[in-house]
Amino acid sequence: MAELDIKDIIREENLVYKKSTLLTDNVMHYCPGCTHGVVHKLVAEVIEEMGIQEQTVGVSPVGCSVFAYNYIDIDWSEAAHGRAPAVATAIKRLMPDKYVFTYQGDGDLASIGAAEILHACNRGEDIVVIFINNAIYGMTGGQMAPTTLVGMPTATCPYGRDISLNGYPLKMTELVAQLPGTCFVTRQSAQSAAAVRKCKKAIRKAFENQNKKKGTSFIEVVATCNSGWKMNPVKANEWMEKHMFPFYPLGDLKDCEKSPAEEYNKYMEE
Amino acid sequence: MAKVRGAIVVDNELCKGCGLCVVACPTNTIGLAKEVNSKGYNYAYMENPEACIGCVNCALVCPDSVITVYKVKVS
Repeated sequence: MAELDIKDIIREENLVYKKSTLLTDNVMHYCPGCTHGVVHKLVAEVIEEMGIQEQTVGVSPVGCSVFAYNYIDIDWSEAAHGRAPAVATAIKRLMPDKYVFTYQGDGDLASIGAAEILHACNRGEDIVVIFINNAIYGMTGGQMAPTTLVGMPTATCPYGRDISLNGYPLKMTELVAQLPGTCFVTRQSAQSAAAVRKCKKAIRKAFENQNKKKGTSFIEVVATCNSGWKMNPVKANEWMEKHMFPFYPLGDLKDCEKSPAEEYNKYMEE
Repeated sequence: MAKVRGAIVVDNELCKGCGLCVVACPTNTIGLAKEVNSKGYNYAYMENPEACIGCVNCALVCPDSVITVYKVKVS
């Protein structure tokens, strides 16, 4: 067998994977190994594959992903802390043919924006919600979030989250799955290649649900915050698999074929 | 049996050396360089270029999308 030189492999015709053209050349401000980068990439790839770059409007939150508009080359709107679902509702109602999605962290969606997300999902707005859950407030320095696990140390609970003092972690995805307005509720992760592929499929499905007028699609991505957790990226992924997955199990919680209104009518007839 | 050879190109300046690709690689092709880029990160590079099969795993888990993958079938 003739030996193949690396230069002969690195040719245009042998290309199998390259960075999405929707991702800008700006250097991401995220820490090394941050899951935000992976999910940004997946969102960009899905939008590129569906060819909806001109019809997509993103709503970026407050938190680490506040600068998401710098990295994906689509239309963006910035929302006040936690209010991304409300802003997305307005955008979708005024421009029903656009694909509207919000991209929120757990400090934004589960804490200050809990009311907005619950009501947007309950109204069954035709939007996609991407919820990055890393169980900590990453941007502000690793404080305790509503989703912080019991016993997990953070800057504001250095001896671990105490149930008697801080209550229990909030499972937003399970809450949202109860609401009749949602059509697709799933929990994914992005720590391995297989998980990334599954996560991308879920995001694609959520975006495709939008033009079917089925209701809200909600994707939670269990993520790491290696800086906030004080670990290296590889250790953080292992910690997530060991401690986060038992409490936040992966998989689809809800996947409806019909729209929320049809489901509700059927329920009332029975 | 057709053998598959692959190669990756890492954007050294944008790589942050998080090491997630090193773990994701099934053939232990990737390692972190001893040299650093202008930001001081030990960027990823092909330590064993012969082993690469172009499976794209490293590019999928890369948070900064700095890895481009090439693959060719060798008969």
